[in-house]
Amino acid sequence: MATTSSPDVRRGGRSILERSPAARRADPLFRGILTGLAGLILVLIAFFFVFLINKAEPALSHQGVFSFLFTNDWNPSKAIYGAWPLVAGTLITAFIALLIGVPVAVAAALFITELAPRRVRGPLVILVELLAAVPSVVYGLWGFFVLIPKLKPAEQWFTDTFSFLPLVGGNVAGPNYFIAGLILAIMILPIVSAISREVISTVPADLKEASLALGATRWEMIRMAVLPYSRSGITGAAMLGLGRAIGETIAVTLVIGNSPVLGKQIFDQGYTLAAVIASEFGEAANDKVHAGALIAAGLVLFILTLLINAMARALVRRAENKGTKVKAVPGGLG
Amino acid sequence: MTDPDTKTMTDDPRTPSSSSDGGDAGAAVPRAPMPTRSATSGAVSTATDREVLTAAPGISVTGLDAFYGSGHAIKDVSIEYVPNKVTAMIGPSGSGKSTVLRCLNRMHEEIPGARATGTVMLDTDDIYGSSVDVVAVRRAIGMVFQKPNPFPTMSIFDNVAAGLKLNGIKGVDLKERVEQSLRGASLWEEVKDRLNEPGIGLSGGQQQRLCIARTIAVEPQVILMDEPCSALDPIATLKIEELISDLKQRFTIVIVTHNMQQAARVADTTAFFLAGELIEHAPTSDVFTNPSDSRTEEYVTGKFG
Amino acid sequence: MTALAQLTPRRRTTDRVMRVVLAIGTAIALIPLIAVIYYLLSKGLGAWSIDLFTKDPTGNFLGDQGGIKSALLGTIEMVALASAIAIPFGWGVALYLVEYGRKGRFASTVRYFVDVMTGVPSIVFGLFVYATLVLSGWGGSSFSGWKGSVALALLMLPVVTRSAEVVLLLVPDALREAALALGTPRWRVTLRVVLPTALPGLITGSLLAVARAAGETAPLLFTAAAVNGTTFNLGERMNSLPVQIYNDVQSPSDALVQRAWGSALALVTLILLTTLVARLASRRSRLS
Repeated sequence: MATTSSPDVRRGGRSILERSPAARRADPLFRGILTGLAGLILVLIAFFFVFLINKAEPALSHQGVFSFLFTNDWNPSKAIYGAWPLVAGTLITAFIALLIGVPVAVAAALFITELAPRRVRGPLVILVELLAAVPSVVYGLWGFFVLIPKLKPAEQWFTDTFSFLPLVGGNVAGPNYFIAGLILAIMILPIVSAISREVISTVPADLKEASLALGATRWEMIRMAVLPYSRSGITGAAMLGLGRAIGETIAVTLVIGNSPVLGKQIFDQGYTLAAVIASEFGEAANDKVHAGALIAAGLVLFILTLLINAMARALVRRAENKGTKVKAVPGGLG
Repeated sequence: MTDPDTKTMTDDPRTPSSSSDGGDAGAAVPRAPMPTRSATSGAVSTATDREVLTAAPGISVTGLDAFYGSGHAIKDVSIEYVPNKVTAMIGPSGSGKSTVLRCLNRMHEEIPGARATGTVMLDTDDIYGSSVDVVAVRRAIGMVFQKPNPFPTMSIFDNVAAGLKLNGIKGVDLKERVEQSLRGASLWEEVKDRLNEPGIGLSGGQQQRLCIARTIAVEPQVILMDEPCSALDPIATLKIEELISDLKQRFTIVIVTHNMQQAARVADTTAFFLAGELIEHAPTSDVFTNPSDSRTEEYVTGKFG
Repeated sequence: MTALAQLTPRRRTTDRVMRVVLAIGTAIALIPLIAVIYYLLSKGLGAWSIDLFTKDPTGNFLGDQGGIKSALLGTIEMVALASAIAIPFGWGVALYLVEYGRKGRFASTVRYFVDVMTGVPSIVFGLFVYATLVLSGWGGSSFSGWKGSVALALLMLPVVTRSAEVVLLLVPDALREAALALGTPRWRVTLRVVLPTALPGLITGSLLAVARAAGETAPLLFTAAAVNGTTFNLGERMNSLPVQIYNDVQSPSDALVQRAWGSALALVTLILLTTLVARLASRRSRLS
């Protein structure tokens, strides 16, 4: 059968060499180590999840899960942990962030991909990406000392003028929901824009050319060929932005006022799930229930972002794989 | 060692045809006797053959089946690859010729879900034997691929030496081995002054010869070639075909090609595959001028594929 | 034929208007960037001085507030440790996914969760470490620099893994085949052919993760906490630049706020430099 010999292959009638047992163990060992690392990730996530639940338990059993989420009374000094003001605040600021941020991000993505001259494209992309390089705390600093004072007059004017609208009216607080939402909008611009750009650039060229060849203007081509095709991908991008907005902590806690009372209008002070963790962390250090409540807030954030991101990625993936749904013949023009 | 039931090359010598392909492609050769295990490998010469410089073993395949998942790609193939000769495998796309090739050095099983069963004897060892190390098989049976694939981060020198360096083979004078290999691949003169330049800086044909040099640097016994010239221009192709005729003095060569004229030019024997089965295997001139199977005839006359 | 035949003035106007709208949208996207940079420079540069970088914060509101030396060093130390954990781990997982796990349920699951992990808020990673390492008092004192590093490493891990996977997939299979056909065992092919070929891209991805980690505040608040003095002992509380800024921002002292601006400028500069080096590293890549 096989004979062993020196590693250098010789000629002439030599039979197949076998490697030493040590050498043959190297491959399975290598593979095993890498597989172990990959598995470790799953183990870690499960582990942390369990631990969080464990530490949140004192608060959740004290307050009750449903009550935790929906009671509008956050009063740690009285050991009441109804997190609804936090949940609402999170949703309100995220909503404002999407309202302002997504259109701007998509507009920028469209402009860069479809309208900008080739040479300008690169620099523009870099500039938008630079927004992501600014850390959260710097946005908070800038938001607090620049944005808040500078926008206050405009906010006051808006409130006075449009006080008939729901959620508008009353006194404008310095830090408020709106400013937080605005800062969040800025912070999600890079990611929404980047993913939208990717999705938009996968629109098949012949689809676009078809509408242009029929005499469509550039905007009409975008509206007929690009946007419908990219719709689910852009939705996915927006959801990724949503996930980011919900979890943003430091910038928000510096500009939202950290008021545990649910505000009545968008220019009131407020609170979010993430902000409460950062700002009440110190005083909760020795109070197991309070700390548990903060951890429960973190747990809610964790689960929310997991769900949102899973949905978002499914949408983006679907957008990248799908066929065309666009009508080649334009309707409703003129 | 042979299986007389399958369609392999017979012992029946036929007179060389009068076709003007230069060299020995048409000469019928009785199977060369297997060289003995002694260290002296004397040149085994036959009638009109080029002198064999180093006797290489042949490969004997029996009952080879190959699968991609549940797809049965190669069906019970048995074939003899003659020592120090060039065997061409031809056939339409999807006929399985490349799959058979990759079973010869066990590269087939690197594809997820792929496997092969059967006996493939290199000399006296079954490469699919249970105690055989796949890595050692590949050092004895080398492969040249369709698209030249020199390592982009390495110089010309390092590329040729890669097989030795990557495997920590010691006791070899690298410079000497690299020069020998480059000479063996007809590339030495063109690159001897720029051995430290990146391998990917060469032209397509040169890169492929570099890959051949890389393959022969580890001193295999058999060289497998998977359509080695299909990505090259005609002049580069011709150079490599000349090279193949030289290489068979030291190695046994199996080449897959979709170009029948190429098979006619370089191969001593040709095997025709269709839908995963071996249809015919005979001296090249016979396959092209007097095939015994009608399907072979239809293919070589261009009726399909 | 269709309604498209005539290019009415109305359609032309709509086209023009929308083009302007999109351009304005892009400009709006860039205004915050310009504004932030402007204020960072105008308010931050004034705070830059030798003292700022060579003295530790004193913790005083009035009088000499000191500088941010401990914060800078702390960030560097903690991020370095975090990188030492996250980068090999991330590359390892990416190697598994590319070399052994292109198909298969286990690999898809891992890939999915790595993906999903990129969206987890950084504060949750801090909570993870807080719940497991700090509350239990592991390793002596509850807050320590290395625990902050663990939180940062968790944050960096999905980013490093994903970018590494992308880069490793770019290495052509033809190279792996060539090496395998030469009789190279799998592990050597991976370490000595695939990894070196992908290295520039791997470095880029890792440095970008480093830049991100350097700017994170939330995970450090309850893992490494903060302290005024410079320390090289990762087993104790450690200061960091983002946390320092966070604390200074909330103080009533104008001088401290000014210091916050200076620190913010320093932090952003650090991040931009790292990003720049990362991009330069990818220039040397020989992959597409």
